[in-house]
Order: sequence, then C-alpha cells, then structure tokens
Amino acid sequence: MKVALFATCLVDTMVPQVARATAVLLERLGHEVVVPPGQSCCGQMHVNTGYRREAVPIVANHVRAFAGALSSGVEAIVVPSGSCVASIHHQQAAVARRAGEHALADDAAALAERTYELSQFLVDVLGVTDVGAYYPHRVTYHPTCHSLRMLRVGDRPLQLLRAVRGLTLVELPAADQCCGFGGTFAVKNSDTSTAMLTDKMANVLSTHAEVCTAGDASCLMHIGGGLSRLRSGTRTVHLAEILASTEEAVTPQQSTEPAVPS
Amino acid sequence: MTAVFLGIPTAPRGVGHLRGEESFPDAARGALRNGQLRANLGHATSTIRGKRAHVVGELTDWAQLREAGRAIKAATMARLDEHLIALEEQVTARGGTVHWARDANEANEIVTRLVRATGTTEVVKVKSMATQEIGLNEALEAAGIAAHETDLAELIVQLGDDKPSHILVPAIHKNRAEIREIFLRTMPGVDPGLSDDPRKLAMAARAHLRERFLRARVAISGANFAVAETGTLAVVESEGNGRMCLTLPQTLITVMGIEKVVPTWRDLEVYLQLLPRSSTGERMNPYTSLWAGVTPGDGPQEFHLVLLDNGRTAVLADEVGREALHCIRCSACLNVCPVYERTGGHAYGSVYPGPIGAVLSPQLTGVEDNASLPYASSLCGACYDVCPVAIDIPSILVHLRGEHVEAQTRTTPEAAAFRALSRAMSSPRLWRLAQRAAGLGRFLARGKPTMPNALPFPASTWTRSRDLPTPPAETFTQAWAREHGG
Amino acid sequence: MTAREEVLGRIRRALGEDRAEVPEIARDYRLTDGRDPGDPALLDLLTDRLEDYKATVVRCAPADIGGAVTTALRTALGEHSPGDVVVAPGLPAEWRPDGAAEDDGRPAVALADHAATVTGVSVAVAETGTLILDGSPLCGRRALSLLPDCLVCVVEAAQVVGGVPEGLAKVDAVAPLTLISGPSATSDIELERVEGVHGPRTLIVVLVA
Repeated sequence: MKVALFATCLVDTMVPQVARATAVLLERLGHEVVVPPGQSCCGQMHVNTGYRREAVPIVANHVRAFAGALSSGVEAIVVPSGSCVASIHHQQAAVARRAGEHALADDAAALAERTYELSQFLVDVLGVTDVGAYYPHRVTYHPTCHSLRMLRVGDRPLQLLRAVRGLTLVELPAADQCCGFGGTFAVKNSDTSTAMLTDKMANVLSTHAEVCTAGDASCLMHIGGGLSRLRSGTRTVHLAEILASTEEAVTPQQSTEPAVPS
Repeated sequence: MTAVFLGIPTAPRGVGHLRGEESFPDAARGALRNGQLRANLGHATSTIRGKRAHVVGELTDWAQLREAGRAIKAATMARLDEHLIALEEQVTARGGTVHWARDANEANEIVTRLVRATGTTEVVKVKSMATQEIGLNEALEAAGIAAHETDLAELIVQLGDDKPSHILVPAIHKNRAEIREIFLRTMPGVDPGLSDDPRKLAMAARAHLRERFLRARVAISGANFAVAETGTLAVVESEGNGRMCLTLPQTLITVMGIEKVVPTWRDLEVYLQLLPRSSTGERMNPYTSLWAGVTPGDGPQEFHLVLLDNGRTAVLADEVGREALHCIRCSACLNVCPVYERTGGHAYGSVYPGPIGAVLSPQLTGVEDNASLPYASSLCGACYDVCPVAIDIPSILVHLRGEHVEAQTRTTPEAAAFRALSRAMSSPRLWRLAQRAAGLGRFLARGKPTMPNALPFPASTWTRSRDLPTPPAETFTQAWAREHGG
Repeated sequence: MTAREEVLGRIRRALGEDRAEVPEIARDYRLTDGRDPGDPALLDLLTDRLEDYKATVVRCAPADIGGAVTTALRTALGEHSPGDVVVAPGLPAEWRPDGAAEDDGRPAVALADHAATVTGVSVAVAETGTLILDGSPLCGRRALSLLPDCLVCVVEAAQVVGGVPEGLAKVDAVAPLTLISGPSATSDIELERVEGVHGPRTLIVVLVA
C-alpha cells in the first residue's frame, strides 16, 4: 500500500526520529511511504487556544499538501500522533465550515476519512499486531487522552507492545489520568499542569520501567521533560520508535534521555 | 448569533457569586500549595469516582438512558418558552404562584418581599445552586432576614464562614477533623467531646437543626426538575433536610433556573436514574420529594415558584454553548476532572466550579468577565465521558476560547504570535524558515541534550518545571527530501 | 414590559424565527424489567437493595402483618408505650400495633413527639430499593413518614415492580410524592455515605408475600 506520512509540526521540528521510525516501520512492513513536502501542522494548537479563524489557512495548507498525495495513489495518511488525528477528524472541517469555507470543509472531511493514527492503522487497516519488533526493555504505556477518549484506540497499542520480542510490559497505575500537557494549557496554567505531571511521573516511576511510551510525542515531551528535570533515568520513547526497533537496528534514543546537569 | 447581538443581557455584576476576584491560574497557584486541600480532594474524588463507576456499570441501558437524557434536554431548550408557559399554568392551577425574575437582583427582591409578607425574620433553606448563584442569603441578611442552610455541607460552609467548592458537596474541601473543629467552634451547645466520626458529626447537625425545622414558617428551596405538563417540582436529596423544608413550614418559595423544566412526567424516569448514580454514586438517593402546587392538609399551604433567567437566555442564544444548559448538576464532571481534583472549586471563583462551571459561568456572565475559565482545562475529555446528559464540555471550552479571542479589540502579544505562526504554517516556504529558526535554538543549549532552564517568557512557563529537548539540526521532512531527492 | 414578557421574549430571540422540528425522544432504554410485579426474584432484589442501604427487611405472610409490625417495633424501640407509635389514617386495622395513635391531622410538628410511624406504600421499585409514598390515607401525609425517628413501611408483594420507569408509571404525578431509598443518609463528609441525619434513622420494611 502507498502511504503518506504526516509527521506533525512538533515531531518534524523537535523529535524527527519519531517520524523516521514511523517511516522505517511502514517500509519494513512492505509499504511505500511518501512524505508530502508542503506539510506543516493540522491546526490543533490554534483551534484549541481560540484562534479558530487563524487555523483555517493552516487547514487549507494541510489539505493542499495531502490532496495531491491522494490523487497520486496514496491510500492512507498515517500520523504518529493521536491528538493531531483527533483534530483532523473532529476540528478541521468544523473550523472551515464556521469560516464559511465549505469546499475546504468538504475536502478536509474527505481527507480525514483516509487519516489514521498509527496504532489504528496497523491493527485495523493492516491487520497486524506483531510487527516483528525487538525491544529488550521494561516499558510502561501511557494512553494519551485524545487517543483514549476521542479516537478510542482502546488496547491496540497494548496489543502491538505485547507482540514485541524482549519487551516487558508493566501496567501504569491510574493510566487514564491526563499528564497535564493539554497544549497551551501547559503554559497558561503551568502550575496546575505541573501538579498533574507530578502525579503522572509518580505513577510512571512506581512501575520501575526504563521507558514510558505513548502514541503522542507532545504528551511524551511533557512527561519526558519532567522525568528529565528530575534526573529520573526513566525516559520517554514514542510507540513508533519501539515498533521500529529490531535486533538489527534499535532506533536512536530520543532527545529526552536524562540530561546531565552542567 | 450571539446574545450581545440580540440584546440579551448576561448576569449582572455586583450581585451573586459567578465571578472570582482572581484569574484561574492565580487562584489555582495558591490552592495547589494547600496540601490539606489536595489530600481532602484526592481522597473524596477518588472515593466517589469508584462508586459512580460501579453503579453506572450495573445498568445495561446506561448509553440509551444517557442519549434520552441528552435528547430530552435538547428538545426542551428548543421550545423553552412553551414549556415554561405550560409549567406556569399547571402550577397556578394547583394553587401555586409563579414569579418571573430577569436577573439575580429581581429574584432576590421577589423572595425578600415574599418572606417579609409572612412577618418572619428567619427562613430555612434546602441546598440550592440557583440561590447560591444569585447571592440570596446576603440579600436576605441585608433585609434583616436570617437564612439557615440545612444541608450538612452547606451548614459546614455557613458555620465556617467559607465558600462552597463543589456543586453537590460544597464542603468537599474540608475533612472530618476540620469539620469537627468548625462544629466545636460555632455550634451553640455542642458536645465538647464531639469526635470526628462522620456519623457523630451528622448527629450533631441533626441536633443543631431539629428545633429550627420545627419552628420554621418559611422555607426556600431550589428544584432539580419541574414537569411542564403536570406542574410537578422535584427536589432530590439525602439527609431529609429537604423534606423538612418542603413539608413543615407554612410557606415554600422555590427558586428555579428556567432551564430546569422538563416537558413530561415520563422524562423523570430517565433523570431519576441518571442523576443519583452520577452524583453520589447511589442507585437512588435516600429521598426525592415531588409536589405540584398546594395539597390541603399536607405540607406548605402557600407555594411560590420563582423562575430565574440571570443570563440563561444569553447562554441559550449560543448554538454551541447552549448545551451547557442541559446540566442536571450531578457533579460527575468535577469528580473526574484532573484540574478540579488538584485546585478545588474555589479557584474557579464561581458557585459553578469544575468543567461544567468552566463552560457555564463564562456564558452566564459573558466570556470577558470569566475569561480565564475556558482555559482551565487540559481538554482531556474525562468530563464528557461521564456526563449523564452527554454535554460535550471540551468542545464548548474550545468554542468559548474562540469567543474570547474574537472579543479582543486590541492585538495581544499572544494573538500576534499565533497570527505569525498561522502565516508560517500556511506557507511551506515560510514554515521551513520558521523551523530553521526554531532549530537555531540548539545553539542556546551549547551541545547539551536539553535547553537551558532560564528561557524568556512564555518558554519559561514550560522550563520552570520541565526540561525542553534541544531541537535537532535538521527536521524530518528536510532529511527525507534530501534523501529522496525532493 | 413585565419580567414574564421580557424573559419569554429573550427566549424567542435566542431561539430565532426558524425553529426546527423537535425530534421524538427515543425511549429505547429498559421500560420494563420483564418480570411481573411481585415476582419472587424482584422481592429478593428489593430486599438486597434495601439492606445495602442499611434498611431492615422483615418478611411475613399476609396473615401475619400485624405481628410482624409489632415485633419490628419492639426490636427497634425496645420497651415502649403504645402511644409512641403513630400510624397512617388509612392503615388497615389488622396491621396496626395495639394502642397505636392514628395521625388525626394535628399540627405536623406534633408528629415529632412520636418515636415511630407505620405506613403502607404506593409502589416499591426493586432495582433501586425505593419505596414510593403518595400522600394517600394508606401512606399518610409527608410529615408522618419524616418526623418520627423510626419508619416502618408495609410493602405487599404485588406492589413491587422492577425498575424506575415502571414505578413512576404507577403513581399520580400531582400527588405529594416521596421516594424513600433507605434511612436518611449523607455523603457530605469526605463523600463517604453514613446513614442517619434529619429523616428517620431507622427504616424497617415489612415485605408481605
């Protein structure tokens, strides 16, 4: 299958290895990956902060970037981020329609129908749970809010993780509690966000996992940023990176590995 | 269409309890440092979450009930005027008197006048959000009328000269030891050996209020539901204080938000299943009182119903936000909210805290009077999942953020930044430049894997408590294009 | 303009001129429990629910109601004088304990002088452990089941239905109704339920089958 990869603005700019891992994984599973060059952002941060008018041209850019891919034989758009997929499914057409851009809304809705979060694409579209990965680490999984409650990914990521050779999966207590990221919430309500993060980290650390994984790089940057600040030694690694790892090639460690203070 | 455009006023300033003195982030900062508050809230909300999940799980038709609960409210709002007129007719036909109040001031005046007409200077009150909202107790006090709260949690708040912090359990922020201390300090004639056993504390409240119930001539209540086709009012409670107020005094005054009406008697079969399981996590609350007008020889012989607007019609004018009027005040959304659990209710500055408060208060007052509340959420969606009438709170929060942004007449630094980012993100060429600029941030890290902690605002609000990874030299899309000859 | 006209006018402006059709409400939740009133399984369910909320359930045969009521009162009150008990005016003579007072319409607060009340019910809902009293002579006025500290309710098997919709369908919507599910209780301290506040602290249900 020919698959277009939407890296998302955050992954592309800050943690490119997550997009790389997604591409490596899909190619290893025998699919052709294209990366439309005009892509930038889904518009979620603008919408969720109140800048819905300003989100419209971003949505238009997204549609421009990916509409061409669909006409050149791409059957699915895969995204290593639950919240961006949720925004594409639930917000893009709505903000366009609110702005009176009905053609754009229709195009965005059509694109959304072909857009999949990584774990849903693997399990539901490709029908695989064992992707042939090898990852000899103790791992706990944090179900991010938008994956859990907007996309209803359910236990798909866990099915994928359970099939990874060498991986020890440990259950995260109070897993369904938000980590406190919430986009600009982490900045506008930094104190409350930090309080939520502290409890999430306490639960992560209680598992004695080496790695905390999830399907959203943004939440992982938040949890990882906190764990790194505490010099905890537990690092955050995106689900795609774990699934891309094999005996032959372990994906490079994320930049959120514990920092050494200067 | 907006309320402003239609000339529909919001709840007036200077009366009632819908606006806080501080913004949410400022109020929250203090609350987060209160370890006792955090412990009390964590304990109480986790207890109730477990109970709710258990009794909701018992019902095989919860999803159907929830959808019916949503649909009935939506249908009610679509014909709200007709249902209110029907309610008025029925209540009047059964011996009650209906009053209409445009806002808090008018409702307070009506109630004060009605109490004065009875010649009494004290009233007993059943816990009611509407009367909290309009500041009725303060208005009565100013008129020389003492209002005695009779719900245990309201009593704790009143005796402790405190503010309510939860819709269902206004004293949720107090633990048993603190409640014992309040009772010992403020209850006349209380047993000095009173323990902090909840049962003993409840007994102390019983003894304290018993005589007041028996001598009360006027009671003031809210209403959970009012049935238009029959004129039946409903009050859902646990302790029996509601029954005391609704049954013993000669005069009953019920203050009810106009959105509490439901069209038919059958609608109660839905809400009396949804509400108790969502609120106290019980299959049914101990007492529900239902009455229509006046019944000779049974209960109050004079009944007044005050129908309150106070901004509700302004909420109704917003096609997205009006869903907030569907709320049945169960507080399930408070109990699951990770923000509420950590900050408590006072930080919201309104009698309606938590997720529902964050969408209701700003709409009742106008968004600019409560502009920080729509942002007091990480949009985790837990509130929507548990809402028994399926109010899409996260979507309304996002909508109100948009209303706030669009209400600004001057360009804020934030707006300038978001507009610049929007321009960049809508143009591949500008976006690559912006990404390259962000990548330059790596030089600040001087080869370290994370950025320095001391960054300028607003990055500082992130780095105060979390490390920020150093951006890579090359983005994924750049690298891919380089490798694939793009 | 009166407040009434103004509020109604605001509603009309808020809703606009073109009002969409209001869709029918899909009542596809459980309307009946599938079991007939009085089904033995419903009686067991009612008993379980009532006991879960710290009510006491006493079962008896139709011929033994009076004895069951008397025994229940003795257990709850200990030694007491017959006048401590007040009964609803429509309570059948054979259900009444010897010497019990009848609620004769005295001032409601005077009912507080009694230690216990005996009433019937209009209907009982098994799934939620709820008794519905409707202000009829059998159930008495509302203050009667409120002020004395011990409430004894006689429930006949045929009055027991499965769920809330069945229960509400059986009562008069304009009667003064009280739905009682266990003794008075509160969850106001740390959201832990404790029984016994302002309403009767003891609830005894005599279930007749």
